Amino acid sequence: MAAVEGLFTLDSDEPQLIGGRARRRGSYFFPKALAGSDPACLGDEIDEVLLSRTGQLWSYTTGEYAPPAPYVIPGDEFEPYVVAAVRLAEENLVVLGQVVEGVSVEDLSVGMEMELVIDVLYSDDEHDYLVWKWSPTAMSENGDE
Amino acid sequence: MDEIAILGVGMHPWGKWGRNFVEYGEKAARDALADAEVGWDEIQFVSGANSVRCGYPGYVSASTFSNALGFTGCQLASSYAACASGATALSIARAQILSGVCEVALVVGAESTPKGFFAPNAGERHEDPDWLRFHLVGATNPTYFALYARRRMALYGDTSEDFAAVKVKNSRHGVFNSNARYTKEYDVDDIANSPMVADPLRLLEICATSDGGAALVVSSLEWAAGRGIDNPVRVSGISTVSPTYPNSVIELPYLASDSWAAVGDETMTFKDNIAARAYEEASVSPEDLDFAEVYDLSSAYELDWYEHIGLCERGDATKLLRAGDTALGGRIPVNPSGGLGAFGEAVPAQAIAQVCEMVWQLRGEAGHRQVDGAKVGLSINHGMFGHGSSVICTR
Repeated sequence: MAAVEGLFTLDSDEPQLIGGRARRRGSYFFPKALAGSDPACLGDEIDEVLLSRTGQLWSYTTGEYAPPAPYVIPGDEFEPYVVAAVRLAEENLVVLGQVVEGVSVEDLSVGMEMELVIDVLYSDDEHDYLVWKWSPTAMSENGDE
Repeated sequence: MDEIAILGVGMHPWGKWGRNFVEYGEKAARDALADAEVGWDEIQFVSGANSVRCGYPGYVSASTFSNALGFTGCQLASSYAACASGATALSIARAQILSGVCEVALVVGAESTPKGFFAPNAGERHEDPDWLRFHLVGATNPTYFALYARRRMALYGDTSEDFAAVKVKNSRHGVFNSNARYTKEYDVDDIANSPMVADPLRLLEICATSDGGAALVVSSLEWAAGRGIDNPVRVSGISTVSPTYPNSVIELPYLASDSWAAVGDETMTFKDNIAARAYEEASVSPEDLDFAEVYDLSSAYELDWYEHIGLCERGDATKLLRAGDTALGGRIPVNPSGGLGAFGEAVPAQAIAQVCEMVWQLRGEAGHRQVDGAKVGLSINHGMFGHGSSVICTR
């Protein structure tokens, strides 16, 4: 199940983020609930839209220390992770996300193409809690993970 | 914009003391009053910068600090604006003074911080971006600082050595500041040997969370003149602007930037807007500055500010750094106080502490960290949820 409902589709092959788009103005938002930072959208309808699945890597970093709650440490011990900020191709919107396991900062460079995937954020006895993550497109295509 | 006078400044030293924040604020306030030679019973208005980490007393800081000093029936206002809280409290005092509601006011902020990463409020709040970024991405504050740092490396060719050089510079300044938390001079090896926190930033390059308190006594120029003070340090401009849509940079604590699909472009960022308003109010331009106090939440973050306050073109910050222009003795010293690198961050006190340093510099009382002949200073900061501020002081 989704770790938080309403932010992304659970399509296992081609998942997408669920954002907002101002009907007349054309600006995009993620999450949709945060629409409003564009003053020209006052009175405009905000439609729910599915956002591009790919984009260019804007920047990236690592989390070497365990974040505080509400981050849930998956597994028994904290493992460092990689975070990416990706500029969505069509929407010109930069979106954060963790990078899939097995990708290190050495594998990344600003500008490379990234693709949205669904992955496990953490699990308990009953469920896997899912979230979007970023994966280098070339890696997904090669399937050599 | 009409100006007000800063008559007195005071600070409680930064550290990790673990004591009640009221103690820090009271000490800073008493020092500022003594420095101004103004009695507490003369203060007509108290503007408090709130803390969100010290319980209810932190949310009503003007009342809390006034109670500690003794209730005299003066007017109160308590405000919170993340890292901009201190400058916001100053802007409210300025408005009260310039509108004639009061003549002399006390501005005070203090905080006691827990150890480790700043964390969101408790509870499960799916509409709160601060909650979402921790839960879904594990994005801490240093995550964002590191994203900006890595982008500088990719776009401008900045190096880890450049970032370390910022910390080395600020630590050299901090050695001379008895209010700083860290007064050790670091070298590049110390930084390279400190643990990686968020690649490419290491522990010594990331601002700590600190305890501290700072206060100002401010008045109308007329009231100052009545006390025989004809040449006070003046507040010449204050900016507390919001971002202008679209802000292309992904800001704390959001999961996404604004979109520049419908309007604007990738060059539009919040940090550029903040200083612009202060420059406009003060009728000052970047060439007029003698020094600047900027919010070095990370070593690399200081370089962003060189560009956003107009010291150089976008991408050229390391030229200033490498030439020594921004070190004490250089053309335009940045963070002569030692900056957040030497202080850590005590959120509601920090913007006020920046103003304290400006006052000491403009009075020529900064000792070994004095910028010779300083007449114009600028402070700037930037916090969560689109709050940022800048203050320009002149003498």
